[in-house]
Amino acid sequence: MAGLAKTFGSGAMTNTLEDIAESKCIFAIGTNTTQTHPVTGTRIRRAVMNGARLIVANPLEIPMAKYASLFLQLRPGTDLALIMSMARVIVDEGLADMTYVKARCENFAAFAESLKAYDLDFVSETTGVSQEKIRDAARMYAETDPAAIIYSMGITQHSHGTDNVLALGNLALLTGNVGIRGGGVNPLRGQNNVQGACDMGALPNVYSGYQPVTDQQVKEKFEQVWGVSGLSTEVGLTLPQMLQKIDAGKIKALYLIGENPALSEPNIKHVTETLKKLELFVAQDIFQNESTVSAHFILPAQAAMEKEGTFTSTERRVQLLNRVVEPPGEARPDWWITAEIAKRMGAKGFNYSASADVLKEINAVTPSYAGITPKRLKSGDAPHWPCPSEDHPGTPILHTRTFTRGKGFFAPISYKGPAELPDEAFPFVLTTDRSLFQFHTATMSGRSAALNEMWGRQRVRISPATAKELGVADGDMVKVSSRRGEAQARAMVTPKVVDKIVVMDFHFAEANANLLTNPACDPMSGIPEFKVCAVRVQKV
Amino acid sequence: MKDISLTINGCDVKVRQGATVLDAAKAAGVFIPTLCHHPDLKPAGQCRLCVVEIEGSRGLPESCATPAEDGMRVMTDTPRVKEFRQQALGIILDNHAGKCIECPANLDCELQTLAAEIMPIETKQLAETDNPFFRRDYLRCVQCGRCVRMCHEIRGAGAVIFREVDGEPRVGTAFNLPLPETGCQFCGACVDVCPTGALTFIQPIPKGAQEIASICPYCGVGCRLIFSVVDGRIKAARPDPAGPANLGQACVKGRFGIGEYTHSPDRLVAPLIAKDGVFTPISWDEALNRVAEGFRKYQPDEVAVIASAKMTNEDNFVAQKFARAALKTNSIDHCARL
Ligand code: SF4
Ligand code: SF4
Repeated sequence: MAGLAKTFGSGAMTNTLEDIAESKCIFAIGTNTTQTHPVTGTRIRRAVMNGARLIVANPLEIPMAKYASLFLQLRPGTDLALIMSMARVIVDEGLADMTYVKARCENFAAFAESLKAYDLDFVSETTGVSQEKIRDAARMYAETDPAAIIYSMGITQHSHGTDNVLALGNLALLTGNVGIRGGGVNPLRGQNNVQGACDMGALPNVYSGYQPVTDQQVKEKFEQVWGVSGLSTEVGLTLPQMLQKIDAGKIKALYLIGENPALSEPNIKHVTETLKKLELFVAQDIFQNESTVSAHFILPAQAAMEKEGTFTSTERRVQLLNRVVEPPGEARPDWWITAEIAKRMGAKGFNYSASADVLKEINAVTPSYAGITPKRLKSGDAPHWPCPSEDHPGTPILHTRTFTRGKGFFAPISYKGPAELPDEAFPFVLTTDRSLFQFHTATMSGRSAALNEMWGRQRVRISPATAKELGVADGDMVKVSSRRGEAQARAMVTPKVVDKIVVMDFHFAEANANLLTNPACDPMSGIPEFKVCAVRVQKV
Repeated sequence: MKDISLTINGCDVKVRQGATVLDAAKAAGVFIPTLCHHPDLKPAGQCRLCVVEIEGSRGLPESCATPAEDGMRVMTDTPRVKEFRQQALGIILDNHAGKCIECPANLDCELQTLAAEIMPIETKQLAETDNPFFRRDYLRCVQCGRCVRMCHEIRGAGAVIFREVDGEPRVGTAFNLPLPETGCQFCGACVDVCPTGALTFIQPIPKGAQEIASICPYCGVGCRLIFSVVDGRIKAARPDPAGPANLGQACVKGRFGIGEYTHSPDRLVAPLIAKDGVFTPISWDEALNRVAEGFRKYQPDEVAVIASAKMTNEDNFVAQKFARAALKTNSIDHCARL
């Protein structure tokens, strides 16, 4: 979420889910909300029922397109061109909120200059969306107040994902839509506690509450509270960088908690080989998975329904988990296991007797969480951070008076397309999608017989015209290959996909889309390009 | 006189001489359905609903008329017993005329209560079982349209609609298509609002279960769900109307996808060490000591930690503190991108 942090100073959803109902225009781009965040889908639906206009931009004809005022079916990986050209139309037609721009933002001139590159002929050609539709979308978004932007992995999972996000920030600044009810720029986070994991500093560059590791004062504060010395001020490695360094023999020991990179990262064949090179590989999880099988030690953790603690949802809301059932066998809470290892290494400051003890420490060292105490959550409250003290009501809407970084920053952006384009050898574009019935690598959802009955296997989704071109019928076995690998699965012929596009998911070990995807990463966020790569499809 | 000791469903129970098997079950807190039995009257063995299985005896004796004996092993809920009871009650119901709704004893009727306990939910009639989550039995539909409006107004799916059948509006799907072909999300919101038995969950929400609210572990919406727990196992989940993020809504994964993985036999239940390619259980103490010893050998730039977006805030906080304070590295990350 590096983009929003640059534009506004904070990378989280600016508004809340409840707030979507107040919106009069919702621009949903790169999100198949009713499938990936179904209950957020109901918020959008409620807003539409109350008369809000909905603009959907997506390479696939997703269910929300049915009730959208405008549906822009753009080519995968061309979102940036679409967004920037909408900004250009807004500026050219004098629809920008210049009072807001002058009072609250900076760098407008340089940004306006960069818009010149996005003339409608070029953009329409690139995106496959008609000029008229682009103009309509720009006008609808600019002229309906308040207007909210909602996006998800369809925006971020590109080699230029940060630019996509910056572009959306530009659009919202241009129309004065940040810091108001029913407006904002709202990234929907994938996994249940992605927001919380970031907030807690499970990132290489920040402690909890986004306090930079490079800041000397921050370092000293943590050294004092934790009673340690020699905390590093050097930014650490991102996950893809870790994998590279393991491959190169530089990183020799890994502690992997609750993830499965051998299925969820791009080019998984290589990841699996990489993990085997470790001298010490400690995995901690609730199940064996494709990654843990290479571990030297496996530590059994408790599942969410067996835990106490807190999750922070996509709208920055902190909620209390209750223990619903007892854990099986000797499974232990993750925090307990980690703290025990630390203690046995001789580290100080790991004497917690309950998860509430950890939360108290979080309150003490994290200004935005200071008021979100165990006592307050127990009383039934579930506030949005920042919440600096126990009597603070929480902050549903960010940047209401000033931006976290002071002024809103207009980012000039030059056009970048996908890192890998189709060519003669690999003539189709593969994009990844998710099923409503499965979650992530299906370690949890894949154990439900009913969910598997609905969606239990990989399907290679292609349009009727593409099917005809390839001589493939619905249900035929096909082989999809990219420069990195190949996968075989049955074809599903559906008019919901545009010609020349192939859609797969990464839920299952068998024929996983990540056998094919491109590890080219966004230089700022470190997010790989899951959404576009070039492939070849053959009937087998 | 000496008390009699016997077991009911494996639990020991003591009763006085002259007690029946039914008395013993009552003493053990085990429910056996009865209809002809009344405590003031002599046993009649008429309705045959109270049958049980007794180890070593053939047939299914009526518990109301069988004296308890020392060392008896009684089973009250075997599949054979259940099937027999359903048949016996089926015959009674077939000979019982009239509609409940027109009966003065409606809602205060032992037969009704027993039928709810014993009988499988009626699925003959029109019930559509085109999906593994819920069934639709439009003979029980009163055309109130709650499900249609829920599906349209809140879910935006438009999977169930009013269609015209013989000039009358009837709830159903377009062209009577199976639900999976209609864009249904299987969120169950329509079942929640159905006032009759027209829409029912295939795994019903058990009555009398312990109910505990917590947060869904799947996506970032953070729906609060109410879990029904029986014998320490999650039997059903439904959205909490007071959940601030979800306002009484949920999706197919939260509602139907949590119990099975939580209670999966594949769960890791002991620390494991890889020995010659085979994972062998070891004690926590040994595992933790060896892991700690292992990590101590490496320099800060030789180690890394990958945390998880599925863990709690507290878990993640301790993980990053471990990386920074114990391993002295900032190389900690998680799959924030996914
Ligand atoms: S389950 Fe949800 S989507 Fe399906 S018919 Fe019912 S309300 Fe509509
Ligand atoms: S019930 Fe569905 S929408 Fe709600 S948090 Fe769980 S996965 Fe997300």
